Amino acid sequence: MVPVNYYVVLSAVLFGLGVIAFVVKRNIISIFMSIELMLNAVNLAFVAFSQAMGKLDGQVFVLFVIVVAAAEAAVGLGIIILIARNRQSLNVERVDVLKL
Amino acid sequence: MTPQLVIFFVLAALAVAGAISLIFQRHPIHSALSLIVVMVALAGLYLLMGAEFVAAVQIIVYGGAIMVLFVFVIMLLNAGAEERTSFSKLAGFAGVPLGMALTAFLAAAVARPAGAAQAPGNAAVLAPTRTISEMIFKDFVYPFELTSFLILVAIMGAIVLAARKGE
Repeated sequence: MVPVNYYVVLSAVLFGLGVIAFVVKRNIISIFMSIELMLNAVNLAFVAFSQAMGKLDGQVFVLFVIVVAAAEAAVGLGIIILIARNRQSLNVERVDVLKL
Repeated sequence: MTPQLVIFFVLAALAVAGAISLIFQRHPIHSALSLIVVMVALAGLYLLMGAEFVAAVQIIVYGGAIMVLFVFVIMLLNAGAEERTSFSKLAGFAGVPLGMALTAFLAAAVARPAGAAQAPGNAAVLAPTRTISEMIFKDFVYPFELTSFLILVAIMGAIVLAARKGE
């Protein structure tokens, strides 16, 4: 039996790596993938606590998170296609219309 | 070291290596493949915890559907290697240290109350898939119906966004 702390620390590390990727990456698709990485890290914590508490609510929540992530991926990739078509670039630093 | 602990460390190392590779790969398609490694490793961890249904959904929905969508869009847009622009100095200099500090804080905060939450993990033997389905369709039936509505809206949004004007 692996202690729940190990899972949660792994989840924290993956979330931190996702945050770093979100800040460092310049390609909009890579940034979107780092969001998925953070969602996965949160799911791991959900399942770990659900097993540690002996309740299944956490696993049900993971299913909802996955559904929301799927919806987010569909809409987000639609937006990315639109940006790529309008700006001819996937670099987020070239998408700066709102910048003063 | 029990066998479970060995499997945990192998899968955890795989997941962290995939996440680091996601950061360092300059080509989006390589980042996507690294992310698939992370997701498969996480599915293995779910299996290790006895959450078979979540592991299967992780593989099918995340590793299958969502990542195929990503790879499809990367190929559709013919995304090349990431260009190294540095308009934002702040992101490069402050981002990595701040991200590492966040990781360290999170890990320290969750690691401290050690063992207190270590309840008997006997949920794995209770046929979880059946219990999960009963929870979804009894306790969580309204959120479940709302997610179907969310998916419908997302499909319509994606179609409206990606459709070419005037066709």
